[in-house]
Amino acid sequence: MRRGRVGLAAILPFLWLALFFAFPFLLVTKLSLSHTVLAIPPYAPQLDLSQGLAGLKVFLDGLDTTTYARLAQDRLYLDAYLSSLRIAAMAAVLLLLIGYPIAYGISRCPPGLRLALVMAVILPFWTSFLIRIYAWIAILKPAGILNAALAGLGLPPVDILNTETAVLLGLVYAYLPFMVLPLYAVLDRQDESLIEAAQDLGATPLAAFWRVTFPLSLPGAAAGALLCFIPMAGEFVIPDLLGGSETLMLGRVIWTEFFANRDWPAASAVAIVLLATLAVPILLFEREQGKVLS
Amino acid sequence: MGRGPSAFNIVSVVLGLAFLYAPIVILVVYSFNASRLVTVWGGFSTRWYAALFQDRQMLDAIWVTLRVGVLSATIATVLGVIAALALVRGGFRGRLALAGGIYATLVMPEVILGLSLLLLFVAAGLPRGFWTVTLSHATLTLAYATVVVQARLRSFDVGLEEAAQDLGCPPWKAFVLVTLPVIAPAVAAAWMLAFTLSLDDLVIASFTSGPGATTLPMRLYSQVRLGVDPKINAVSTLLIGLVATGVIAVYLVQQRDERHKRLGLGHT
Repeated sequence: MRRGRVGLAAILPFLWLALFFAFPFLLVTKLSLSHTVLAIPPYAPQLDLSQGLAGLKVFLDGLDTTTYARLAQDRLYLDAYLSSLRIAAMAAVLLLLIGYPIAYGISRCPPGLRLALVMAVILPFWTSFLIRIYAWIAILKPAGILNAALAGLGLPPVDILNTETAVLLGLVYAYLPFMVLPLYAVLDRQDESLIEAAQDLGATPLAAFWRVTFPLSLPGAAAGALLCFIPMAGEFVIPDLLGGSETLMLGRVIWTEFFANRDWPAASAVAIVLLATLAVPILLFEREQGKVLS
Repeated sequence: MGRGPSAFNIVSVVLGLAFLYAPIVILVVYSFNASRLVTVWGGFSTRWYAALFQDRQMLDAIWVTLRVGVLSATIATVLGVIAALALVRGGFRGRLALAGGIYATLVMPEVILGLSLLLLFVAAGLPRGFWTVTLSHATLTLAYATVVVQARLRSFDVGLEEAAQDLGCPPWKAFVLVTLPVIAPAVAAAWMLAFTLSLDDLVIASFTSGPGATTLPMRLYSQVRLGVDPKINAVSTLLIGLVATGVIAVYLVQQRDERHKRLGLGHT
């Protein structure tokens, strides 16, 4: 009976998400089937409910898939789609390679220090994302801090701002806390005596890590990789500020179609394609989180 | 049994933290640089801070951002506490759908969220501005607030609240008097996180904002596109200082809470 009380109040966040999160996706779908017109808002057909069912029929007849056909014919969209997935996947692998030693290192520290180190990993995430990416521009630009440091060491300068390398660097930098935390969570929970047992049975520390610790940490690696990959595939700020004009990613395409070209149907169609592609990783992520919940 | 960190462990952690903090440190240091050039140290100066406080547009943007942040974080935290209670205690059918919505919001690319929210406001005929950004930010940060509160609630003993109810306390009062004080640090952390995310958001604000409601990230973004400007370093340093103070305060409160618990002074 008491539990019913929470249930009743739970309708509030539920309705909120239904209205502001789920329902708008229907609008995006609808718009992706519409056409661009020179008007406000800049698309047609409009649903005119004052005409009742006839209005609905006119509206439905006006919808078609020409926007998708247009996207499929243009090489640019396909390239942007493939490079989004490729860059996000490469960044996820790099994040695993860099994040794992950090998470493992923290989990091996004395308990008192662990909490402080976890805080230290989270803290940069609390400072502005835009500003942290902006800081990289000052570091990477041709007359920037990195090249000044390289010159000081007598090394030749590098020019990586406005390249894919800079985008990967920015992604790894910005998403590192999201990779370290889920990995740390599984590594920290691990039963120390399992390692002891393996070593008692003659395993070297390295073998014990590889055959016990590592397999048991895979759920954390999967959670971290998904938590990073999904938003990275639609990332806008990092490719825009660090990638220059040559790095095409879908987040940028949506932004440009919407703000520069005022082509709302194209922006919506690209968003739907991205969403459809991410549906599988999102469902996998939800299943992982569901396990934690139960 | 005390398998301490190996040299490799220590090096990984130190390098990782250096990577995370170096750009922030550089940013802060150069906000006090008298020279406009990023690679030249022209001596210590606060001229960029002075210039910042004369930049009317920047100050307006900061004011809008703070108002949006406080309001949206408050909405998100209230809804987040309710959602977390529902997720942890269960007892209603929509639990899985609610969890699904929360986790999907957490990973959804911002461009998709921004575009879909904009279309909602256009369809509803709402003029874009302060309120549409606030509602959008509340939606984005609700998921984060829920996750933070939920983590704390999971280790909370429901028996305490039930005991209060057995003694005749109405459920809402039992929640406010028994549960809320215990989870208060997590609620504060949830609010801080929601506030920070709102302060930080460029993409969703760009889609859902209108004339007269330009937020600080939107202003910064248009400046950044024009090139590196030390005034941005100054405003960034102020933001970092503000957020770091808040986070450390929450951390200290949580630590005190933990210590009380260990000493048996608190509510265990």
